[in-house]
Amino acid sequence: MRPMIDRDQVLHVARLARLHLEESEVERMAAELSGVLEHVDRIAGLDLDDVATTTHVVHLENVLRDDTPTPSLSPERALAGAPDPDQGSFRVPSPQA
Amino acid sequence: MSDVVELSLVEAAEAIRCGDLDPGEYASAWRQAAAGDALGAYLWRADEDAGPGTSESSSELAGIPVAVKDIFCIEDVPTTAGSRILEGYLPPYTATAVARLRAAGAGVLGKTNMDEFAMGSSNENSAYAPVLNPWDRDRVPGGSSGGSAAAVAGGLAPCAIGTDTGGSIRQPAALCGIVGLKPTYGAISRYGMIAFASSLDQCGPLTRTVADSALMLRVMEGRDPLDSTSTGIPGGVGLPAAERLDGLRLGVPRELAGEAEGIEPGVREVFERTLDVCRDLGAEVAETALPHAEHGISAYYVLAPAEASANLARYDGVRYGLRESASDLTEMYERTRAEGFGDEVKRRIMLGTYALSSGYYDAYYGQAQRVRTLIAEDFNRAFEDFDLLLTPTSPTVAFELGSRASDPLAMYMSDYCTVPMSLAGLPAISIPAGLAQPEGGGPELPVGLQVAGPAYSESRLLDAAHAIEQAVGFDGTPARGGAGDS
Repeated sequence: MRPMIDRDQVLHVARLARLHLEESEVERMAAELSGVLEHVDRIAGLDLDDVATTTHVVHLENVLRDDTPTPSLSPERALAGAPDPDQGSFRVPSPQA
Repeated sequence: MSDVVELSLVEAAEAIRCGDLDPGEYASAWRQAAAGDALGAYLWRADEDAGPGTSESSSELAGIPVAVKDIFCIEDVPTTAGSRILEGYLPPYTATAVARLRAAGAGVLGKTNMDEFAMGSSNENSAYAPVLNPWDRDRVPGGSSGGSAAAVAGGLAPCAIGTDTGGSIRQPAALCGIVGLKPTYGAISRYGMIAFASSLDQCGPLTRTVADSALMLRVMEGRDPLDSTSTGIPGGVGLPAAERLDGLRLGVPRELAGEAEGIEPGVREVFERTLDVCRDLGAEVAETALPHAEHGISAYYVLAPAEASANLARYDGVRYGLRESASDLTEMYERTRAEGFGDEVKRRIMLGTYALSSGYYDAYYGQAQRVRTLIAEDFNRAFEDFDLLLTPTSPTVAFELGSRASDPLAMYMSDYCTVPMSLAGLPAISIPAGLAQPEGGGPELPVGLQVAGPAYSESRLLDAAHAIEQAVGFDGTPARGGAGDS
């Protein structure tokens, strides 16, 4: 049987998710995801065109608060866990190699 | 001194308030028990200073040590969510649930082990170590709050908090023979609780008794300006006192109990026996239907991974946690995440990203949201005729370590009976209902009864669970040897 999701799709989705997969993980991921998607596909066939979607079970609208400044994290505290803090900023490798 | 650890939370809190129990002695007995952890239940334990606070002895939880799932941020206390990607992370702030416990006089006993980012039903997905079930150390404690459940059942903590997204409090409570409560979505603030699936995640207590869970819920529930989806429980929560179920209409959804596939004979037998107990207590017990509940797992394993794939985008090696070196930014992201996340987390990120990707969004994510609507409507209809619903919590008793690790779908089916309530945002509690042999034979293990109610019905739910608990008379003491090799 043809897997629900093939090697190329796995690589495409991994790129979207910013996740490097080892060669050995790609085939395994394709097989495991296909297995789960086959089960999930049971709902794909249901005729639900007239059913509204539920994003959230608590129906809250416009939860507002006063726009008053309150104490928050200091820059030092915010940077304390950073792998590479530099001059009050988070330093990262260049976007271009 | 060792007797004090036999007190229930309600008894100990009362004794401390009345001056009959020295909080220092109580806390030290529990620290000693926790220090002997032979189950892998803790990832971090508090030293004396970080232990119970010194607040007013009249406070509701004065002097009570609490084991906290490692998904709750506590300022300057290591918080990993069971993941390598957060190894060494020290949060700069404290979760509201923990802050409320502390404000009521409780202290933090330690941080408990868990499936990485709360993704799992066996605790085997912890990046650090699996947790052992105190009833049988060759078996899993359930997950994802497996460390919290094992700590309470194994006599390593008087109480614990955990999180439940699709069953992660209720299922480990069932497998370890204790009480686990998932409150109505929004009852307790999610602030400082590391996010997995934000529309489903909910904090709740794991305790020895129903009254103990009620006591913790009372303290933790409430609207929080730091979580705009938090609502609290209108009217608050009282301590349960009911001894009878007279006049209560209890529904048994056939899709999650009688007819459901995959429910072990032993579990079914204990469940049926518990229904008789409910009848003896004066309840009216009848079958009902949740026609779309059978699609719960399918909908859940689209929605939860979809939300997780977005929530876990923040682990990018920039602001905190692990960073792998690389020559450019994208490669840094990809390598950091490859190194920092375990297999199940990667699987769910992939599944969620796929379900949200162009061309598949409506077929998977949209369809799952519609199924979620149908499941919520099923519950609304059932609650027109019934006050509460009863199901087994888990289709099976605790399974052997490693037995489902290579089959994600088999693992996902562990949540079959708990996921529908999560999708509908409803409160549900698991209480020990008895012991049963696993399907393959062997010593008897705990079976959980799940009681579910309409949104914000916690007081009624806890009352009924308390009455059933008293009548069942489950004995959890055989599991309490989690400290040392006894």
